[in-house]
Amino acid sequence: MSRNANAAAGDASADEILRFTNVSMRYGRGPDVLSDVSLSLPRGSFHFITGVSGAGKSSLLKLIYLAARPSAGGFRLFGEDVTRMSARDLPMARRKIGVVSQDLLLLDHLSAFDNTALPLRIAGHKSAEYRNDVAELLTWVGLGARMQALPPTLAGGEKQRLAIARAVVGRPEILLADEPTGNVDHEMALRIYRLFVELNRLGTTVIIATHDQDLVARSGRPVLHLDKGRLTPLASQGPVG
Amino acid sequence: MSDVFDITRWRPAPYLPQAEARDPALIFVIAVLCFLACLTALGALAGDRGARGWTGQLVGEATVIVRARGGETPDAAAARAAEALAGLPGVTEVRALEREKAYELIRPWLGDIADLDDLPVPRLVAVTLDRKQPATAAALDKALTAQDLDAVVDDHSMWIKDIRHAAGVVRGTAIAIFLLIAIAAGAVVAFATRAGLAARRDVVEVMHLIGAEDSQISSLFELRFARIAALSGAIGAVSAGLLGGILRMIGGGEGITPALPIAWIDLLAVLPCPVLAALVAALAARITARRLIKGL
Repeated sequence: MSRNANAAAGDASADEILRFTNVSMRYGRGPDVLSDVSLSLPRGSFHFITGVSGAGKSSLLKLIYLAARPSAGGFRLFGEDVTRMSARDLPMARRKIGVVSQDLLLLDHLSAFDNTALPLRIAGHKSAEYRNDVAELLTWVGLGARMQALPPTLAGGEKQRLAIARAVVGRPEILLADEPTGNVDHEMALRIYRLFVELNRLGTTVIIATHDQDLVARSGRPVLHLDKGRLTPLASQGPVG
Repeated sequence: MSDVFDITRWRPAPYLPQAEARDPALIFVIAVLCFLACLTALGALAGDRGARGWTGQLVGEATVIVRARGGETPDAAAARAAEALAGLPGVTEVRALEREKAYELIRPWLGDIADLDDLPVPRLVAVTLDRKQPATAAALDKALTAQDLDAVVDDHSMWIKDIRHAAGVVRGTAIAIFLLIAIAAGAVVAFATRAGLAARRDVVEVMHLIGAEDSQISSLFELRFARIAALSGAIGAVSAGLLGGILRMIGGGEGITPALPIAWIDLLAVLPCPVLAALVAALAARITARRLIKGL
């Protein structure tokens, strides 16, 4: 896989987890927020999406986590044509995707433990089957002592890690994160990044949208750079320090 | 904290908060609507019973007005009419009313009269009819004509028709008001659901994001609003039942007014209210929730 921003369309293969072919997207009757985007990502890859505010990073992630559909072009996810997927099939596909959104979307009335367990409950698992896994995961992300805490009582970094724990608890095939280090200090950003690297080592495809050029530069991971809704070439970054 | 958190005793918390700040206001509004709906139902039942009671009394009776002919005295004509009607099929009792009784009926219009003999007051014959198979006015008239009597039969059919018409109007109006209130309750619940979903958009978004099916999300709101409506319906029904009971006790068998005789059994009509309210709420919540989820 190329490390260039236009890590674009290649031949379909069994290892391909998603493919965009000349995808455009717009909200309502507004202008295109994504134009003619083509790319193919292999399973187990790790990519950053960069670009200035309004470049289309969040919209690209929205397409991938099936919160929106392309207004034009082809989109295959997990080998299926998303544009032909029925509304009934979408929830099952979403369960294979972990999302850490920019505003985290934690439920304030639920404890850290309950927030993390949500995807497993929704998927119909019984509490006895997963409660130990949830506890282990929260301990792994450093929230072992805050399992009963409500989100409003957590610090910014703790909330971030809680959102990550919820995103990965269902062992998703893809993990998407939108500015996951936007509200934390440099040290916490590195810790969160290492968490993503560890998940990627376990086989999860990771895609992170970020403004953090320093993190991108140090990571040495391939970059998908968006400029006014179009994928544009960008020089590859050096190795992580 | 974790040192007291025993995960083996952990039970999943409800997806939605147990109570919302707006719940009491919503419960009050739905309870009032249910109270009005129950009162309407009680009023309709009582009105129907009153109309049936009056109709039943009139159906069982007929009155014959007899005028004397030629040299026959009014008393003799009345006696002959009573004799002609007695024994007819559908007639159980015939009684010629005394002259004084007939006079009492017309006194309000004519005032006190010293010599009744100077006034050609017609005699009345009261006929009690078989309630199951009452004789028709035509049959009575035929029997009287056969005896060459100058008589007019009043089987109260005009009154019965009017009372039945009035009862139908009362019943129809009550049903219309009941339906309007039920629709209003449904609309209130629908608006409340919309507001509830807007207030809990975070829950909807998160559940949507992590792969909950639309039915899973909407069922949360269906259950929530069905519970609130059932509670409100119970409050409204009990209040209306208590008021109905008080009216029954104040007015005895005739209720607070003879036109609306409430029976104890009528109070059972409020029983389905909580269930109906819950069903309306669940349906409204389902439609609203699914529409809003689709728009996410």
